[in-house]
Amino acid sequence: MASRDRHINFALMRDRILADGEGGNGKQYWRSLEEFSETEEFRQLVEREFPQAAEEWDDPIERRTFLKLMGASLALAGLSACTYQPPEKIVPYVTQPEEIVPGKALFFATAMQMVGVATGLLAKSNEGRPTKLEGNPDHPGSRGATDVFAQASLLDLYDPDRSQTLTFREEIRPWSNFLEDMGRAISAARARRGAGLRFLTETVTSPTLAAQLRAIFTEFPQARLHQYEPAGRDGARNGAMLAFGQAVNTIYRFDQADRIFSIDSDFLSCGPGSLAYAADFANRRRVTREQREMNRLYVVETTLTNTGAKADHRLALRPSELEGFVRAVAGALGVQLGAAGGQGTGAGAHANWVGALARDLQQSRGRSIIIPGDEQSAVVHALAHAMNDALGNTGKTVIYTDPIEAFPEDQMQSLRALVADMNAGQVETLVILGGNPVYNAPADLSFGESLNKVALRVHLSVYKDETSELCHWHIPEAHYLESWGDTRAHDGTATIIQPLIAPLYGGRTAHELLSVFSTQTDRTAYDILRSYWQGQMRSGGAATGAGRAAGGAATQGAATASGQPAAGGASQPAAGSAATTARNNTNSSDQTTDATATTAASTPGPVTPATAGTASPSPDFENLWRKAVHDGVIPNTALPAKTVSLKADWASQLSAPAAQPSSNQDELEIVFRTDPSIYDGRFANNGWLQELPKPLTKLTWDNALMLSPTTANRFGFKNDIGIKGGDVLVSTANLSYQGRTLAAVPVWILPGQPDGVITVHLGYGRRRAGHIGTGRGHNAYLVRTSDAPWAGAGARVSNTGEYYPLATTQLHFGMENRDVVRSRTLEEYLKASAEGEHEEARDPEHKPGQDESMYPPYDYSKQNAWGMVIDTTTCVGCNACVVACQAENNIPVVGKEQVMRSREMHWLRIDAYFKGDPNYPDGPEFMPVPCMHCENAPCEPVCPVHATVHDTEGLNVMVYNRCVGTRYCSNNCPYKVRRFNFHLYQDFNTPTYQLMRNPDVSVRSRGVMEKCTYCIQRIQWAKIESEKEGRPIADGEVVTACQAVCPTQAIIFGDSNDPGSRVAELKREKRNYGLLADLNTQPRTTYLWSLRNPNTEIPDKA
Amino acid sequence: MADVDQPHEDVRIHGTAVPVIEPGHTFASVTDKISSLVLKRRTPVYWFIGFALAFMLAQMLLITITYLVFKGIGIWGNNVPVGWAFDIINFVWWIGIGHAGTLISAILLLLRQEWRTSINRFAEAMTLFAVACAGLFPLLHTGRPWLAYWLFPYPNTMGVWPQFRSPLMWDVFAVSTYATVSALFWYIGLIPDFATLRDRARSRPFQIVYGLLAMGWRGSARHWHRYETTYLLLAGLATPLVLSVHTIVSFDFAVAQLPGWHATIFPPYFVAGAIYAGFAMVLLLTIPLRKVYGLEDFITMRHIDNMAKVMLATGLLVFYGYMMELFFGWYSANTYEEYMIFNRITGPYGHYYWMLIFCNGVAPQFLWFKRFRRSLPVVFIISIIVSIGMWLERFVIIVTSLHRDFLPSSWGMYSPTVWDFSMFFGTIGLFFSLMFLFIRFLPVISIFEMRTILPEAEVEEEAT
Repeated sequence: MASRDRHINFALMRDRILADGEGGNGKQYWRSLEEFSETEEFRQLVEREFPQAAEEWDDPIERRTFLKLMGASLALAGLSACTYQPPEKIVPYVTQPEEIVPGKALFFATAMQMVGVATGLLAKSNEGRPTKLEGNPDHPGSRGATDVFAQASLLDLYDPDRSQTLTFREEIRPWSNFLEDMGRAISAARARRGAGLRFLTETVTSPTLAAQLRAIFTEFPQARLHQYEPAGRDGARNGAMLAFGQAVNTIYRFDQADRIFSIDSDFLSCGPGSLAYAADFANRRRVTREQREMNRLYVVETTLTNTGAKADHRLALRPSELEGFVRAVAGALGVQLGAAGGQGTGAGAHANWVGALARDLQQSRGRSIIIPGDEQSAVVHALAHAMNDALGNTGKTVIYTDPIEAFPEDQMQSLRALVADMNAGQVETLVILGGNPVYNAPADLSFGESLNKVALRVHLSVYKDETSELCHWHIPEAHYLESWGDTRAHDGTATIIQPLIAPLYGGRTAHELLSVFSTQTDRTAYDILRSYWQGQMRSGGAATGAGRAAGGAATQGAATASGQPAAGGASQPAAGSAATTARNNTNSSDQTTDATATTAASTPGPVTPATAGTASPSPDFENLWRKAVHDGVIPNTALPAKTVSLKADWASQLSAPAAQPSSNQDELEIVFRTDPSIYDGRFANNGWLQELPKPLTKLTWDNALMLSPTTANRFGFKNDIGIKGGDVLVSTANLSYQGRTLAAVPVWILPGQPDGVITVHLGYGRRRAGHIGTGRGHNAYLVRTSDAPWAGAGARVSNTGEYYPLATTQLHFGMENRDVVRSRTLEEYLKASAEGEHEEARDPEHKPGQDESMYPPYDYSKQNAWGMVIDTTTCVGCNACVVACQAENNIPVVGKEQVMRSREMHWLRIDAYFKGDPNYPDGPEFMPVPCMHCENAPCEPVCPVHATVHDTEGLNVMVYNRCVGTRYCSNNCPYKVRRFNFHLYQDFNTPTYQLMRNPDVSVRSRGVMEKCTYCIQRIQWAKIESEKEGRPIADGEVVTACQAVCPTQAIIFGDSNDPGSRVAELKREKRNYGLLADLNTQPRTTYLWSLRNPNTEIPDKA
Repeated sequence: MADVDQPHEDVRIHGTAVPVIEPGHTFASVTDKISSLVLKRRTPVYWFIGFALAFMLAQMLLITITYLVFKGIGIWGNNVPVGWAFDIINFVWWIGIGHAGTLISAILLLLRQEWRTSINRFAEAMTLFAVACAGLFPLLHTGRPWLAYWLFPYPNTMGVWPQFRSPLMWDVFAVSTYATVSALFWYIGLIPDFATLRDRARSRPFQIVYGLLAMGWRGSARHWHRYETTYLLLAGLATPLVLSVHTIVSFDFAVAQLPGWHATIFPPYFVAGAIYAGFAMVLLLTIPLRKVYGLEDFITMRHIDNMAKVMLATGLLVFYGYMMELFFGWYSANTYEEYMIFNRITGPYGHYYWMLIFCNGVAPQFLWFKRFRRSLPVVFIISIIVSIGMWLERFVIIVTSLHRDFLPSSWGMYSPTVWDFSMFFGTIGLFFSLMFLFIRFLPVISIFEMRTILPEAEVEEEAT
């Protein structure tokens, strides 16, 4: 076969035929191919060439057939198995929701409530996902700024550890099941007229919630409300009762104040109204060409606070000395304290200080403020009221209004009463709305044990926490960005909280939970809220039902007259958008499980009547409502000032000055304070806040007992800088206080702490917080008692001899004689600027010129030259910029271990420098340090791959994709502002974090360098907008994230080529200087001197 | 020949003449002895033990690199003020060690120092292996090592060239050129010996392998002529490289503006340090090698003595460098420079500085004395101390300069992790594994060159 085959091919065939033709046989003719093909060879050839044609179907299961049959049957089987798929019309935005342009963010007004006080916010929404929070400029409690908590609350929304299911004793149950159970309990309670039904809430200021509660109490007269905040304001309330015989809300007008005396009040960084106060305070401190005066701040406090750091004169006193000192000041100011007043005592060694302070305050009668801290006793508050009165400040710089709380009460008493009733078996049903009392109630009340005696316990909270654990029912609470609600600012201004997204985990709001106790158990928060405000916004503004809550409610006329502002939807958080769009947003999200409940009634178009029981809204109401939701403030709801006068006998009611605690050297005083990062523990599972360096210690992820250097030395406590880069090995102490102990608590040595005083921050040591917060730090609530929640004497510490590593982001707090923060007095500044002395001439170092470079200078004059000025005078070190930067730029959290390795990723850090004697330090001075965007950037020439380069507008840009990670740039950066992804720090897998990220900023992976970009995405956005409109970028159009949140406007960004811009104006200031400018880096970020305004009568060390 | 004889006379004056090759050797005995190490002698048990240990360390390197690529360089102790640490310390240390080989081969060849003949072969091998170890670090210290090829200037679709202003870029050129030239130099020097081994090998595989490596060397006059020319040319080419590589490595620091790095003295002082470290390492290898393999005839006390002298000279240069750094710090009257020096001496890493001064400044002073130079234990110990000292020098320069720079707020500390050590010791394992393989399979001493320094060779040369 093989040999024959070889002859059968076309070539041979042709030869053969030709040979035949030429052969001797003469031509052989053929008539057709058929005839020709008769030959044997040709037939064989064809068979070889097309074998399949020759094959026969004789094999019953031939391979090909088999395959064909199998293929066909599979196909048919597949067809027959198909079920009918319901059509899913994926036609997004055929009718495009109004104002939603993919890729373009919208801003919606809402508010965050903490301790009953609102911070008005504009939430940025990218395609229905809230991605960033900005302050609402129209809101009196925000003025466009936010604090760290508001910034970081975004992360809470997307926290995968949030409670996701409604549970009964840890078993997942449906809502209907809960309703049944509650139905039984409610009918039982109704039979008892509500006896045994108790509600425990945090401070209630929400007008709607208050109205709901009042309605419940009407129906269940025996039911009772208890309020408890671990960081409550009982001192302030009781002080007002003492002084005026009524609860008042005090508002301070720092914009009118020249002299401020703070009695342990950290008004610049926390507490109601702190954002507004900080703004006003800074405005009176900012020395410009026009304003040549500064206010002067005296601070008497125990533990160093941000406010104390900014003080012109600070005095550190033990808590036991403080009241006596205040009495002495009051005496010096002419306040009659009566027999029990202890006139004249307490000043002691500080008599000079008191005298100078009193004289200074008296010279500024009516233009001064005495502000006591919320943690201070009622007596101190009463004294402060009296002093303000004596100084004529009342009504000028100190304004009194009715309380913003709906139910002002002594919360500690309220909690005590609840615990007593629980122990007495008088509580049948306890509904806990928010809060975590099992964790944060004072230790002596043993709240958890008492709670177990309640027959039915319901807990509504965002996390399944220590309290949820002990409750029967746990209901996941909707985050405020998921829920409708309302709240009040520090001055009473009400705000509608509008949701930005449907509840991610089907959470409920307190309003919805309370509606279970009404006849309509299924009302949505939106309905409840609208029907309440419909009542309030009725023509004439008469307060209905809720009494004071509507005291200043909008009149129809006033609100309509003000009209609808332009709904910009712009890139800048200047204007919000219509509320309807917010709801469209919500609809467009995937989360529809519970969204229907929230959004059904909010479908755009003709507004449907909310639900039965509410009258059809008038068009007027609809306008008012929409405007209120849009603006983020309800007009005319600020509480009116009211006149109060000191009770005639107030001084006689003052308790006698407390006896000084025994001078036993071993007994220390202890002070409890909320944590500057995680507050009272509610933010314990927030990685941004846990990793946020605390303003004065730069400590992260932990709390510690803070002691003065002298006291620490006495007990042999040490803080040793560790070896890894950001770790400090600190001694640990066993703390015992009033019979309770905390074992092995780390000890931090804090300059500026008075001797013999321990300060400990609350909020740590959570047992059940989530992956991030559980087990971090030590729980100071375990030794905190209800009779002395903020300070007490008789604490003992003993050195365990063990060491504990703490993670900090700054190890050296001294300036080492370097010219870092230029701290000057106002006098020095005025002198220097009068002499016209150029700052550079004072430089000890030679300052090189622009041309002292090997490379030709680049001409930046043709385009925008972005620059930043940071005013160290007004920076209060509140950290808001750090968290804002983290949220804006998708900056990861690295964890304690990595911070101990000095690998934190914050693009912006706030350096703190102490000066002078560690026991009585000056400052610290705060210095926010972002990238300097040097024109001669040392990082650029050393990068081998061009991954960091300069752009034409002077930005030092980082090309992440090109970076191979040699870290040479970081080594060569004198400011050390570059951050390297040593590991894969970003969480790319958690789906909720994917929703959270800013879509305009790259999410960096492992092995690349990153740093501050001056928020280049915001610059680009402004540039695109301005190019579309064919105009140059206006000053103030580009606002960096850090600048936007800064309450004191310490950070100014703009085009320094534009001579009219604020940044250019500040750069011409006498006090403008470049950090390390002698290195010829030509930094684009420059600083202004930190000015202080000391009283010359007080020597440096009082 | 006169200047070659100079050392002889010098030694004779002191009454203890030590030749570069012990008397009694003939062409045949030299060839026999050296080639037998590879071909005949049983592999000593020390070799197996040593190789096993080194190979184990090399496996540790493999594990470390795998984990490193998997997890990122966060497994090391580097952090933000201290962006470079063990990675660059080890890189510079290995590159420094790699200097002695080429110096011995090239510069001493050009200077006609014939004592180099006995040690140049394995010094060159040492260079190559050290450069291989060094090369791992710049590659793996990057955050994304799979993209490290972006440092090479190759035409690419991204249309981006490397940044030629960066010293790291210069490093790429300097180190790769140095590695190439060293490898060529070494290999060309080996060709005649490969031929010898080929001719003497009895097993077929050895004949084939050595035959291939010998590239058809027959020892003809034409071959020798071309060989000599090539070798001399390569020596000429390698000579500036010896100086340039470490100069450029020093630019990694000198170009930066960091106090402690930004110093004009760095290039010469780094080169001196490199030679210093290199000779220490050669001595460290030589002393046990000649003992174990009985090579005392070829590597005589004369060699030890000469190398110790080079160490002393370069050690003094390096010490001068340290003193000058102190002087500059003070003389600059610059806050940052002053503090840098102060911190280097008294700061948290001050003890490393004093150890460095002891290792590199004090310990080599013993080498002034012939008694110590002739004592193998003393020279061996000093070599170890100097190797440690040179490592410390890089630690002091890199870590203490970085950890406290301009702004006190960003000061930090550094401590290595177990992975830093496993990477470092892993490269030592790799180095010694390669060294052991080299000793086993290649002639550790140049056979043909040794023959040229025999008295027989001199006679013949003079006869013609």
